Amino acid sequence: MVGKSEPSLEAGPEQLLYASILQKGMYLGIAILFITFTMYALGIMKPYIPLDKISTYWGMNVHEYLHNANIKGGWSWLSMLQYGDFINFIGIAILAGVTIICYLVIVPLLLKNNDKVYAAMALLEVIILSLAASGILAVGH
Amino acid sequence: MRKNSIHSIFGLLSFLWMTIMTSPAWAEVTVHSPETVAGAHAWWFWPFVLLVVTFVMGIFAVLGGVGGGVLFVPIISGFFPFHLDFVRGTGLLVALAGALAAGPGLLKMNLASLRLAIPVALIASTCAIVGAMIGLALPTNIVQICLGVTIIGICILMVTAKKAEFPDVPQADRLSSALRIYGVYREESTGHVINWKIHRTPLGLCLFVIIGIMAGMFGLGAGWANVPVLNLLMGAPLKISVATSKFLLSITDTSAAWIYLNKGCVIPMMVVPSLVGIMLGSFVGVPLLKIAKPVYVRWIVIGMLAFAGIKALSKGLGF
Repeated sequence: MVGKSEPSLEAGPEQLLYASILQKGMYLGIAILFITFTMYALGIMKPYIPLDKISTYWGMNVHEYLHNANIKGGWSWLSMLQYGDFINFIGIAILAGVTIICYLVIVPLLLKNNDKVYAAMALLEVIILSLAASGILAVGH
Repeated sequence: MRKNSIHSIFGLLSFLWMTIMTSPAWAEVTVHSPETVAGAHAWWFWPFVLLVVTFVMGIFAVLGGVGGGVLFVPIISGFFPFHLDFVRGTGLLVALAGALAAGPGLLKMNLASLRLAIPVALIASTCAIVGAMIGLALPTNIVQICLGVTIIGICILMVTAKKAEFPDVPQADRLSSALRIYGVYREESTGHVINWKIHRTPLGLCLFVIIGIMAGMFGLGAGWANVPVLNLLMGAPLKISVATSKFLLSITDTSAAWIYLNKGCVIPMMVVPSLVGIMLGSFVGVPLLKIAKPVYVRWIVIGMLAFAGIKALSKGLGF
């Protein structure tokens, strides 16, 4: 690990880049989530589960909910984006996914500074978060 | 005079909170099946109540210095007709949104340290995945009992744990030196420039294994545990610890949130009202922070948590 070793009052370039991407992703995710939820709640888009039936599902455990509502887990929501309730998952996925982008973006900067250990840790984090996001790690009651 | 009014408002909010939570409508939730209770109201009733309650929660979270997630999961799972699976999924997204909102500013101000966060996050986020998988595999009542015990433990931690604004770190340990985990920031209240470094890094990293598992298992943000470990054990200044902990949640909760999301534990009609309520509450809470008496509010928060912890415990034990 080479690079500047004296601490500075200012945040480092990789930290500023990370913050900038995180901020943009957060605003994008929140904005999309609010727009899609408005379309859902106002009935502009037809929901998969009718609004007057939703309360019968949220008291069930997730296994019963998926079974009774005939919903598949994982990324199956991508094939249901025509429904008002499932389109909300776009904003949620952006909020949950922006950190992966942040890590990916700082790797070249870390390598440029010859900060190989942190670049390796950042790449490892990308792999771990991507694994969690992939849906491979399935569990059940 | 103004302070008295503010304290009266808090008193009133606390009274309203306790009145709502002990009202017959809430009692129904525990006596009857969730379907029966939910069916007795229009579809928008519970999302609206969720919005109102999370708004109040958002105010207290800011004033009490705790994250939204730690209040959200025990209170909503204890007093609402939602299954714990969905409450945990929503709780993680609430904590994640709060961390995402605060993270960029804290990083830019150099209060949150990316160099400190990256190794810690690697361990905590991996363990949060394991915790989420354990939490989803265990029977609900077992998770509820463990949640109740954890929340009561958090209350004890909040009562007993001390904080050190500038902990004494005689010498940085070898690992933190090799990773160059140190920094400098300006303490605005005094104008002093503070150089900081950390020690006991290996032990601190080991504790993040447990913190990550608990965060994923219960869907809690883990600020209540991050801050004492970073501050008291590893010796980071309090401001650096709080800011890095808040940013850290954006990574830890991301990994666990994906497990819950892929499992199907996310219902938008629960998530969005909760996010809006917490965010609006936080906006109202921040200006109140200047005039509220922190100790007074902190005790209210501890009281709310203890009440919710006992409720979670009794629900898990079937009482």
